Amino acid sequence: MTLLAIIIILFAGGILAWLSERHLHKGGRWISLASLIISTILISSYWPQATSVSTAESSQWWDTLLTSWIPRFGISFHLSIDGLSFLMLLLTMGMGIFGLVMTWNDISFRRGFFHFNYLWTLAGIVGVFTAMDLFLFFFFWEVMLIPMLLLIAVWGYDRRIYAAIKFFIFTQASSLLMLIAIVALAFIHYRNSGQLTFNYNDLLGAQLSANAAYWLMLGFFIAFIVKLPALPFHTWLPDAHTQAPTAGSILLAAILLKTGAYGLLRFTLPLFPESSEAFAPVAMTIGAISIVYGATLAFAQSDMKRLVAYSSVSHMGFVLLGLYALNTIAIQGAVMQMIAHGISTAALFALVGALQHRLHTRDMAELGGVWPLLPKLSAIALFFAIASLGLPGLGNFIAEFLVLVGSFQTNHWITVVAAIGLIGAALYALLMVQRVFFGKFNKKLERSNKGHTISDLSIRETCALLSLAVLLVIFGLKPQAIFDIAQPTVLKSMQRFTVAHDVGPGSREASSSNTKSLSPPPVKDPIAGTSP
Amino acid sequence: MNGMLAWIPLLPLLGFLALVTIPIFTQREPSQKLVGAIGVGSIGISAILVATIAITVFLGRAESVLTLSVWQWIHVANLQIGFSFYVDWLTLVMLMIITGVGFLIHLYSAGYMHDDPDFRRYFAYLNLFICAMLILVMADNLVLLYLGWEGVGLCSYLLIGFWYKESKNGAAAQKAFIVTRIGDTAMAIGLFLLFYEFSTLNIPQLISAASAPGVNVEIVTIATLLLLGGAVGKSAQFPLQTWLPDAMAGPTPVSALIHAATMVTAGVYLIARMHPLYLLSETAMTAVAVVGALTLLISGFSAIAQSDIKRVLAYSTISQIGYMFLALGVGAWSGAIFHLMTHAFFKALLFLSAGSVILSVHHEQNIFAMGGLYRRIPFTFVCFTIGCACLAALPFTSGFYSKDHILLSAWEYHQGVNALWIAGLLGALVTGIYSFRVLFLTFLGSEGNASSHCKDANTSVMTIPLGILAILALFGGLLAPPLRGVFGVEIDEDHSRWIEAIAIAMPLIGLFIAWKMYLYEKEAGEKRSLIMQFWFKGWGFDWLYDRLLVRPFRAITNLNHNDIIDSIYKGIAALSTQLNNALSSSQNGQIRWYLATFVVGAILFLALLVAL
Repeated sequence: MTLLAIIIILFAGGILAWLSERHLHKGGRWISLASLIISTILISSYWPQATSVSTAESSQWWDTLLTSWIPRFGISFHLSIDGLSFLMLLLTMGMGIFGLVMTWNDISFRRGFFHFNYLWTLAGIVGVFTAMDLFLFFFFWEVMLIPMLLLIAVWGYDRRIYAAIKFFIFTQASSLLMLIAIVALAFIHYRNSGQLTFNYNDLLGAQLSANAAYWLMLGFFIAFIVKLPALPFHTWLPDAHTQAPTAGSILLAAILLKTGAYGLLRFTLPLFPESSEAFAPVAMTIGAISIVYGATLAFAQSDMKRLVAYSSVSHMGFVLLGLYALNTIAIQGAVMQMIAHGISTAALFALVGALQHRLHTRDMAELGGVWPLLPKLSAIALFFAIASLGLPGLGNFIAEFLVLVGSFQTNHWITVVAAIGLIGAALYALLMVQRVFFGKFNKKLERSNKGHTISDLSIRETCALLSLAVLLVIFGLKPQAIFDIAQPTVLKSMQRFTVAHDVGPGSREASSSNTKSLSPPPVKDPIAGTSP
Repeated sequence: MNGMLAWIPLLPLLGFLALVTIPIFTQREPSQKLVGAIGVGSIGISAILVATIAITVFLGRAESVLTLSVWQWIHVANLQIGFSFYVDWLTLVMLMIITGVGFLIHLYSAGYMHDDPDFRRYFAYLNLFICAMLILVMADNLVLLYLGWEGVGLCSYLLIGFWYKESKNGAAAQKAFIVTRIGDTAMAIGLFLLFYEFSTLNIPQLISAASAPGVNVEIVTIATLLLLGGAVGKSAQFPLQTWLPDAMAGPTPVSALIHAATMVTAGVYLIARMHPLYLLSETAMTAVAVVGALTLLISGFSAIAQSDIKRVLAYSTISQIGYMFLALGVGAWSGAIFHLMTHAFFKALLFLSAGSVILSVHHEQNIFAMGGLYRRIPFTFVCFTIGCACLAALPFTSGFYSKDHILLSAWEYHQGVNALWIAGLLGALVTGIYSFRVLFLTFLGSEGNASSHCKDANTSVMTIPLGILAILALFGGLLAPPLRGVFGVEIDEDHSRWIEAIAIAMPLIGLFIAWKMYLYEKEAGEKRSLIMQFWFKGWGFDWLYDRLLVRPFRAITNLNHNDIIDSIYKGIAALSTQLNNALSSSQNGQIRWYLATFVVGAILFLALLVAL
């Protein structure tokens, strides 16, 4: 019931905020904050499950809500939570609160309606992360889309309508593919078993011909990588980010993109293991190309928001690469990347927003030498820029390192190409630091800001940003808690693959016994161990 | 004793955190005294801890090893990485250099930087650097080493660009980070390959796995070459040496600490640490030696042509590290580490003396504007002379013992005359020339433009470190560390007298040439012959990389600035708009048009029916 309560609170909070628009001038944001905090507390009630040691036999699911919804078509209202969902929900709530706090005073008109859209987007995302009925999943997938569209179209910058329509067409066209795939999957399952159902656990056992499975897998895959976004479906992202208000950018980068990655891990891989395995080299190649291509484009931008947007394409490429490497190390890295990228990119968008709020530009040609003017903001921006280039000791490094270590076991050359992205990340991150914060104070800035007093980050903003920085340090130094929570889910997905991709000493010796016979035996079981 | 290990890197880290957070609590900038006390003190206590451990655990025991596992860092499937430290004599030597020389440079910095408004930021970065460097050498696995490795790279970046208002400093900092990152990426791929082959990244486990019989030499060769890539980047060796001369944009004590004594020698440490793997592969050993020999010659000749005092020292650092690589490549592990140690003493001394010179002549760095300074800053002159003597390896200085060791090993390794040995000898000659050239041009001869308003800028916090370093540089040759326990017994030195005599003669000839060219018949001003121009530009590597890599990359990215893939979608959008226009123009509301199209359509339809 807790899961349902969270979704209801967010929906209800949104409606309440909208209704109160006339009566409470700025009250909507307090309603938003309150509903987010209550939801967070509700999610935290699952903490005991997260810390308990899981055994191979115990169920993956911590909590399930299953009621019939449209029985005629076998559609049920089915919510479940496991380790992966739990992590994603915490990220959702954390970034939701962060986005709200960072843009506390930003919205100047239709405040109540803004908060309505904000909370409904989040409610949709919570639904996506917990729905275990494919039809319900699709429903929530659409619910999170429309309010997000409005956030861009109403509160965005100059070319917001263009960006909003682009965002809508890309995601809508791709989710149509997913809908077709979902219905076809349920239908094929019905034909084979005589039972019409959209239940995830039932469909896992669907008997599919290789050909059908391949096409259905592609339907899901494309829908999810458009959201991720990966090449060549990424072009909606820079436009959506540049035009979206800061809060919208934060939601988009920190959480919305993760629904694509979540979908791949939750649905595409386990539902179609054989065809995913056959498709893996292609997917890994797409991931590696996204990494490099995103980085080179980020390097060429002069708009800070576009730079961060393209860096997201690059970073999410690591997720795709890791997931399709199909071994525990890489997938754990991908999960970590979802969280670390969410945090670091949300912070960068918030910082760009804060900078634009103060200096009225985010064009790097007009910026420069900002450090003495805004020392706090600059120092924090330096930290997150460094996090995004993957400095060891911060969460992003752990993620990228695990992804690359894991994917190297599967495919050497694709990993080598992806590793070049590490150089690319250094190029664009340092370029941004250099052009915005270092150097001489830009004359244009002086002229355009005459008469304004420019204040550094407020205590509210500083605290919000510093808490994210601390989180990244914790994930960088003690990431084990995340791995332990995600492990059962990752294991369950891995078990569906026929070939064991975990390259431990044992498994490889079996395949090529005479050449690799001297590997040391530090670990007995390649999969078994993540107990603390 | 093991528990104390954790405090060695932790203290500088606490210093860093304190320096960063103090103004958040007090709401104002802390006094310089407090900042200095925290910044210098944290390193001082670390140094005392290292000394205690050295005396109680290691002294007289070559085989001693201390380990400490702080916590489990990453444990996913068969990838197990601990936050664990491993200290043997090799690490201990590095620890003593980092904390000892580091402490002296910190102390000197307190004087050198005292009028800088960003005093606190400076010490914060410096403390963070020491912490990362300590983790680098103490790590018991390659991932933790990589953490330190990237951490020192970051601090190097921040400190090169410390005076960020000059955009040329920022460019130098960026160049340093990106060039080293290219090497680091190679190293990361090496790590992936090692894990793929051995299923562990723990250094002792890797070494024991590699020494087992039947190891796949081909993979080890590739992995060690990739690690060499990382070492080459960090230690500014050919072909990634171009960042170090530019890195001199940072404050001079930073050049002494990071770009001479500690960070740039990390590559030497890495190879020495992984030496059992290198021993498996003749290719890798040769590669290391050739890189060293090439680098020491290229940058030695470059040093002769420089006019900026710091750039001379920068090129000489590259060249001396080339010697260390040469030593590694011929299996003279302890010779490399010995030279690393003596080099840390005399190069820190040289840089700090150069810092005093630069302060005294009001930030002039051109040696042709100096001259005759020995009268005005005699103490600095003495220190610099000692440094130059050690650098040139004049007999009985510390540099002599270590460099002699390397040359003899190069001779022994190939049992006779060989290219590596000749390169080393030629390098010794060149070293003699450039070290005395810079000494003569700066301190002796006639006074230059800047010499007239020279005022001794040394304060007591600066002279004490200089004095101590001068003593270490002179007598450090007696402190050869007992590395038998780490590297085993190496080639015994059995060689004839004349080889030794040549090695001694080379720097003396260099001294003579320098005297002849720069003192006896001093060249007028900075005029350079064509070859000197070529050396001055560092053999044109910057030019080459600019044309070969930087410009094409910029051109391509700029060309694709608007994302070519987006134009596909824009094309589809434009096409549908056109289609829409075409179709909607048919809906023009005129009855005769509708009738006409109706008739034409009907005829076509009927014709189609008939035809079918």
